[in-house]
Amino acid sequence: MSAKDVKHSVAGAAPEVSKEQKLHMLRQMISIRRFEEEVKRLYCAGVITGAIHLYVGQEAVAVGACACLRDDDYATSGHRPHGHCLAKVFDLKRTMAEMLGRETGLSRGRGGSMHQFDKAKGFLGGNGIVGGGVGIALGAAFASKYRGTDQVTVCFFSDGASNQGVVHEAMNIAALWKLPVIWLCENNQIAATTTVAKSTCTPDIAPRAEAYCIPWAICDGNDVLEVYRTVGEAVARARRGEGSTFIECKTYRLEPHCGIIADERPKEELALWRSPKKDCIKRFEAVLVREKVCTPEETETMHQQVEQDLADAVEFARKSPFPAPETLYDNVWSK
Amino acid sequence: MRKLTYAAAICEAQCEEMARDDRVFVVGEDVDISGGVYKLTCGIREKFGEKRLIGTPISEEAFCGLAVGAAMAGLRPIVEIMYIDFILMAMDPVVNQMAKVQFMSGGQFRMPVVIRAQAGAGTAEAAQHSQSFEAWFSHTPGFKVCMPATVYDAKGLLKSAIRDDNPVLVIENRVLFFDEEEVPEGEWTVPLGKADVAREGKDITLVATGIMRRKALAAAKALERQVSVEVIDPRTIVPLDIETILGSVGKTGRLLVVHESPTRNGIGAEIVRRVVAEGFDYLNGPPKVLAGADTPIPFSSTLEKAALPQEETITRAVKEMVGA
Repeated sequence: MSAKDVKHSVAGAAPEVSKEQKLHMLRQMISIRRFEEEVKRLYCAGVITGAIHLYVGQEAVAVGACACLRDDDYATSGHRPHGHCLAKVFDLKRTMAEMLGRETGLSRGRGGSMHQFDKAKGFLGGNGIVGGGVGIALGAAFASKYRGTDQVTVCFFSDGASNQGVVHEAMNIAALWKLPVIWLCENNQIAATTTVAKSTCTPDIAPRAEAYCIPWAICDGNDVLEVYRTVGEAVARARRGEGSTFIECKTYRLEPHCGIIADERPKEELALWRSPKKDCIKRFEAVLVREKVCTPEETETMHQQVEQDLADAVEFARKSPFPAPETLYDNVWSK
Repeated sequence: MRKLTYAAAICEAQCEEMARDDRVFVVGEDVDISGGVYKLTCGIREKFGEKRLIGTPISEEAFCGLAVGAAMAGLRPIVEIMYIDFILMAMDPVVNQMAKVQFMSGGQFRMPVVIRAQAGAGTAEAAQHSQSFEAWFSHTPGFKVCMPATVYDAKGLLKSAIRDDNPVLVIENRVLFFDEEEVPEGEWTVPLGKADVAREGKDITLVATGIMRRKALAAAKALERQVSVEVIDPRTIVPLDIETILGSVGKTGRLLVVHESPTRNGIGAEIVRRVVAEGFDYLNGPPKVLAGADTPIPFSSTLEKAALPQEETITRAVKEMVGA
């Protein structure tokens, strides 16, 4: 394939989305939103320690993408992994327990906010290093091809990570060896406190894929069904053995870095992205009501169910034991 | 018995383990072309094909990251780093990811990755092709580190490393690649964490790593009419077989550690620390370290020789310590 043959869109026939799938997606999005808000509350109260990087505003990306995956597919994430972890694993209790550093957490309290893993559901971790998941995703995709399975890997990374050298190295190898990996660049328009305009020489990141003959697309990352359709097409290509795809989801991080560190984004911009016109959850709810998938009352009921799930998760986490100090050396090495 | 070179032993170990376990594959720069630059992957392509012997672009960070992800997905990668100096391009996947995933994931994932990297000076390749990093990686929790110095150990340690579920850095030495030794037929393994008493003696213990084993043995032979030198090759730096070293110091009362890598904060300092802490009463005098100069490795042969412990400097240090 030469660069000329690369299609600028991977969109094709949209896979059908059932009513149940749509409601499940909405529930996951609300769960992530409320999980993050609760994490911030617990962090400010000193119950959660360390650093937290909140996913508020970006829920449609993780949920739309993970809805295309099976449990035996793989996903990697970065330092803002709660949303990806919940979308892939969807275990509020064990994820919250990890946030509180408890033995019942996904990583037995050894990882915390940035290092949630779930082997059974193919979640290969958050990552404290921006770009650290990129090579790991390449390896998971390599393993699928090596074994001859149709598993795929989604590598969630950000506009910030896109400027790390390993992205270039990994895209070259993925294209060269036709590995089943979807490079999912979540352009939330800011890295820590530096905007894309100050960090990146072009407004769009996805066209870089063209240099590697990797098909690419840019989609509205706050439209969960558009994310689902775009990633779904890329997943289908990867399962057919046609290799890698690069998708840039344009979205917006509504919280400051670490939940508390000030940046210089205009207040009007934040207000716009929080408005029903832009907010991914409000938008999806409006679509579902308009399409008569559910009523406003039913979405309200769903919000209440999520509140209960979250309360149960926090209670589970708070009641769980901390790791015993004598287990400090567990798994430094395997026996 | 038969004759085998150090390089051939490395090839043989990989072929045997690849036949034993189809999850094992080799990845690295030039490994698939005529057995690689240093001929350390000969015979693999013929037996197992290019699916399991993967030549890469010059992208150390990506292919070391690939090894991490492939291991998490159930494979058992062997990564060849052509010169250990190049591993610095991959410090994130190697140190931040590979060494920590088992721990950070609460033990969900295993990390059965072998990094084979050749290291060391002595071939006039200057400061960026001659380094020794065993201290760096020994300092990173999560790794095992070994330094085979004989043909027998090159094969046996590598086979153990491939079977281990942890990341193991196997530091090979190119000066030794064409050394030939008598070795047994067939298969053998050498356990990680077991030192080798290379020569028995009663007056002083020389702990010598990697290629320094050879120089220490030469010094011991040169001194044999005056001093009885015991030479111990730890073989594995992490985990360290401190019992064998303490047992020897208990017998000789004197310890000299010899290594090629720079002296400051080196593994010699760590071995001396352990012996002082756990065997102080055995010592008849201060334990010492004779190691590489705290300089980058120079190009010119006079300087390169001066930067490294040599048979003569070891001999002199031993004489001083025993008062011979």
